[in-house]
Amino acid sequence: MSAGLKRNKGFFRSDKAFDIVNIVILTVVLLICAYPLWFIIIASVSNPDLVNTGKVWLWPKDVSFTGYKNLFGDPSIMRGYRNTLLYTFGGTVLNLFVTLPAAYALSRKDFVGRKFFNIMFLVTMFFSGGLIPTFLTVKALGLYNNPWVMVILGATSMTNIIISRTFFQSNIPDELQEAARIDGCGNFRLFCQIVLPISSAIVAVMALFFAVTHWNGYFTAMIYIRNEEWKPLQIVMREVLLQSQFNAEMLQQGGDTLGMLQEELRAAEQIRYALIVVASIPVMLLYPFIQKYFVKGVTVGAVKG
Amino acid sequence: MNGILKKEKARFPQKAGSPQKVISHQKAMSSQKTLGKDEGRSLKERGGERRRRRWAKLWLRIRRNWVLYLFILPAFLYFLIFAYVPMYGIQIAFKDFVATKGFVDSPWADPIWKHFKTFFSSVYFMDVFKNTIGLSLYYILASFPVPIILALMVNEVKNTKFKKLVQNFTYMPYFISTVVLVGMVQLFLAKTGLFNQIGALFGAEPKLFLQKDGLFNDIYVWSGVWQVSGYSAVIYIAALTGVSPELHEAAIMDGATKLQRIRHVNLPAIMPTIVTMLIMSVGGIMNLSFEKVLLMQTDSNLMVSEVISTYVYKLGIQKAQFSLSSAVGLFNNLINVTLLIIVNKISAKISDTSLW
Repeated sequence: MSAGLKRNKGFFRSDKAFDIVNIVILTVVLLICAYPLWFIIIASVSNPDLVNTGKVWLWPKDVSFTGYKNLFGDPSIMRGYRNTLLYTFGGTVLNLFVTLPAAYALSRKDFVGRKFFNIMFLVTMFFSGGLIPTFLTVKALGLYNNPWVMVILGATSMTNIIISRTFFQSNIPDELQEAARIDGCGNFRLFCQIVLPISSAIVAVMALFFAVTHWNGYFTAMIYIRNEEWKPLQIVMREVLLQSQFNAEMLQQGGDTLGMLQEELRAAEQIRYALIVVASIPVMLLYPFIQKYFVKGVTVGAVKG
Repeated sequence: MNGILKKEKARFPQKAGSPQKVISHQKAMSSQKTLGKDEGRSLKERGGERRRRRWAKLWLRIRRNWVLYLFILPAFLYFLIFAYVPMYGIQIAFKDFVATKGFVDSPWADPIWKHFKTFFSSVYFMDVFKNTIGLSLYYILASFPVPIILALMVNEVKNTKFKKLVQNFTYMPYFISTVVLVGMVQLFLAKTGLFNQIGALFGAEPKLFLQKDGLFNDIYVWSGVWQVSGYSAVIYIAALTGVSPELHEAAIMDGATKLQRIRHVNLPAIMPTIVTMLIMSVGGIMNLSFEKVLLMQTDSNLMVSEVISTYVYKLGIQKAQFSLSSAVGLFNNLINVTLLIIVNKISAKISDTSLW
């Protein structure tokens, strides 16, 4: 390797220069990622006029919580919030109940039929019935426009089974199973009392993955939920966040004659910022835990496809 | 480059070689079992005895672990009902689906490829197909290298605090929901939004970004890059921690600069990971983020924003043309699977990395 490399001299090619450029670029990247999020927060509590005229940059100005007040006074948003909490909680519990035992079974080398189940599950990663046949199946099962669809659909996925399976394989020694069997400890007790407690990391990772997916999920509800009463937050949010955007811009072009409406629209703008904050807060609260386990989870999964 | 790869493999022999080893071990075991002992009896008798013994042994193993079947039952049922029943239902792409008759009893289409023909000859086909491929390729080309570069850069940071800070903030956007992301994009790109305000600082006239069809692809792609790059980088960063420091020491002894070491040590070391990720993303080329495209669609940008998955949605769910939209969906799925197989084969040949 050494023969081909020239010794580089001069400051601009030195490691020192590299480090400086590297840190400068990364700082810019950091700002690009973080600033939009920060801007949303300060815009949600600032006077919308100042936000729209570009006077709010680093700190909130003319602080008011009208956006939040309007938000919490809106029954459809509150209902969406409650629904999402329920779906996230129920869905995550079901996810763990379906995924972890299956992953454990597949991690056992002495499990007859392991290969069959592995292949059967793997196929679903690369091939699916597609939207319409799935839709018709769900409908035939009576789950269309039924809140249970939000919990049941996506109860597990092969990707997550693989991640957990890999974790069990690399962290639970075969001897443990052997020893447990000799001591007359059945598989059920082995799993609940020995395997799960020493695998708390993967339980946490899975719970976080699933919870975030449920919280942010939008697709299932859009296809299967019709009833206003059962709509999750993301759907309600779309209606508030995106639907009115086009009109707002049209009106802004329209000039001052529509002063009253504009006033209302300004308030609506603040609601949008506030809504983004409120909808993202639970996930951001989980964030410290996420970063602790998340890297571990992604890394475990990466070991084998 | 290859030398380093091989060295890495040699360091983790159990990872690379274990599946074959297990199989060959099992083969050896079974062939051992079949040999010996029961000579002298009739062939039939011997075969029956052997078979019985093998079944008894298998039965014992099954009975001993019966709880494991209970463990796998929920997942089995889930995939059976929500993955395999719909797969079976794909046949409606070749049928004239009648809701009251279901998947099986609906009559076959005449001719059987009727719905495919309808799709291929429809005026939308070329546009939708071109939009899908164009947007996908653009997205892969833009979003694939960024996390690799980011990971290589983060890996060079010595200050652990700064390193953590960068990592934590770059993968934060990943946890934002699609609805929120699109909402943010619309707020920022509005006439009075953040982008125009920043532009105003440099004396630019405010622009209506969202009303420009030509920008749809750019907005879709770069907001996606913003959202997922940090997350994708995590995998590469993890792979980079596995690079042996000895290689770096040797390179330093030879007078290699940091940039040279990144190119000749780090990059080859994470090449298997890069290839795996590339296969995955090419295999999913037709799987654009359906949600995001749909959320970003407006009546005015449909010409550039209609892709196969949104077309299937509108045709199937909104207009209830189940058979036709299933055919379109199947077409989409088949392209994906074919691409995945081809790319996987190529990469197995070139770089010894493959998914299966």
